[in-house]
Amino acid sequence: MAWVTQTLSSSLGRKVIMSLTGLFLCSFLIIHMAGNLQLFKGDGGRAFNEYTYFMTHNPLIMTISYVLYTSILVHALMAFILTRHNQASRPIKYAYSKPEANSAWASRNMGILGTVLLLFIIIHMRTFWYEMHFGSVPMAEYDGKEYKDLYAVVQVAFGELWYVILYVICMVAIGYHLWHGFQSGFQTLGLRHKKYTPIIEFLGKYFFAIIIPAAFAAMPIYVYLQVHHII
Amino acid sequence: MKITLKVWRQKNINTAGKLVEYQLDNVSEDMSFLEMFDVLNDSLTRKGEEPVAFDHDCREGICGTCSMYINGRPHGPQTGATTCQLHMRSFNDGDTIVVEPWRARSFPVIKDLMVDRLAFDRIIQSGGYVSVNTGSARDANEILIPRTIADEAMDAAACIGCGACVAACKNASAMLFVAAKVSQLAILPQGQAEHKERAERMVAQMDAEGFGACSFTGACSVECPKSISLDHIARLNREYLGAKLTSDNING
Ligand code: HEM
Ligand code: SF4
Ligand code: FES
Repeated sequence: MAWVTQTLSSSLGRKVIMSLTGLFLCSFLIIHMAGNLQLFKGDGGRAFNEYTYFMTHNPLIMTISYVLYTSILVHALMAFILTRHNQASRPIKYAYSKPEANSAWASRNMGILGTVLLLFIIIHMRTFWYEMHFGSVPMAEYDGKEYKDLYAVVQVAFGELWYVILYVICMVAIGYHLWHGFQSGFQTLGLRHKKYTPIIEFLGKYFFAIIIPAAFAAMPIYVYLQVHHII
Repeated sequence: MKITLKVWRQKNINTAGKLVEYQLDNVSEDMSFLEMFDVLNDSLTRKGEEPVAFDHDCREGICGTCSMYINGRPHGPQTGATTCQLHMRSFNDGDTIVVEPWRARSFPVIKDLMVDRLAFDRIIQSGGYVSVNTGSARDANEILIPRTIADEAMDAAACIGCGACVAACKNASAMLFVAAKVSQLAILPQGQAEHKERAERMVAQMDAEGFGACSFTGACSVECPKSISLDHIARLNREYLGAKLTSDNING
């Protein structure tokens, strides 16, 4: 098994772990966004609560959610190891450097963007995931069946202006992270091809870095406006 | 033209260095950047001071020896060119130019602007070759290679081992160099026999030398005097992962 540990601890192997966990997180984003679009239904939260019930009771989804938690932890840990190693590779910095002449800001600041994302994930999970699993969530009843009313928790959280602003900022961070990260993840796996790379780049930039974060950012804004009877 | 230079001066590998300022009042815009340094060194020698040590050899952009980090970029403001191909007309009268050595743990500064790039040689020694018996040259048409493949291998083979990719990279990663050296052989029939060991050994040596990992910022390719493409990095990843998954080498 020496070859496995040796491969995974090489610089390329570590990047493969980053890439696989990162791309898995990207696939999760699609599901997460599609589900949360229920918030826009304007049905007092019924569709959203039914969806959260499904997500917390379906055995397949519950298994995948553990893969997801592991991915976040491994991605963050590997990010830390790689960033430390990369910084150590240049112990003496340049007195004068112009990196903006040759590379994009997001590509050089994946660690900072990722740190923002990690803080966001912690806050986000404390507000919703923790409340859902371990907190006291009010109940709602649809057709004689009891549901945890996570929609009520969403309304309280997104009723706070500072919380909405925090969300929007973090969605900008994820946009930048994926603007570079999505296509980079494919390069790391060696997947580069004249026919497919332009499609991957297009998807990464427009779908993952713009449309998805914009849709996520619209949720707290919409709920805030609704809670405060602005719309 | 009048130029103010801020040049990194460092006595040897064991001492700390610092930026020292020099004034040059009579620089011609037709001079190459290295000729401007010759003028500086001439005046320093006449004053009894030690001239600035810098690497150079061919002065025509083919050997890769000249290495200077000029105004925040390897080889200066031009792209697709080495320092010896940079001319003073790229600067303005009265400019201040900061000149530093390549900065990387794996490229220690020997003196002033000279760095030790033996790490690259050791990477080549670890697998950047094709083992064949030497003898009389074989007939060129004996091995058929499609034109596009030959061109791609030639593009990779254009790497002159200058180290600008390492100097430009925020991680001081040598991926573009290693990728070029793996690619130039991996896509040709002659390189097939050893392609797995080559990728495994060269990456292992690259890591052992202490270079950083690749973040795909693309800085290397932009600053590379031979404009080596990022395609080769993806190919190196493919070669390495493929080798690791399928080679007989179970000991890593
Ligand atoms: C938990 C907090 C996070 C941290 C600390 C973090 C950190 C990083 C860092 C430092 C890199 C760049 C690695 C390099 O330069 O080589 C990276 C790459 C990446 N990240 Fe994250 N990230 C986080 C969250 C996320 C999330 C939530 C996603 C997706 C939804 C994501 C997707 C990616 C992708 C696809 C890559 C590209 C991998 C590659 O270049 O091979 N990351 N991350
Ligand atoms: S890849 Fe380009 S920048 Fe790097 S050593 Fe080769 S020629 Fe120099
Ligand atoms: S001196 Fe040979 S490339 Fe510049």
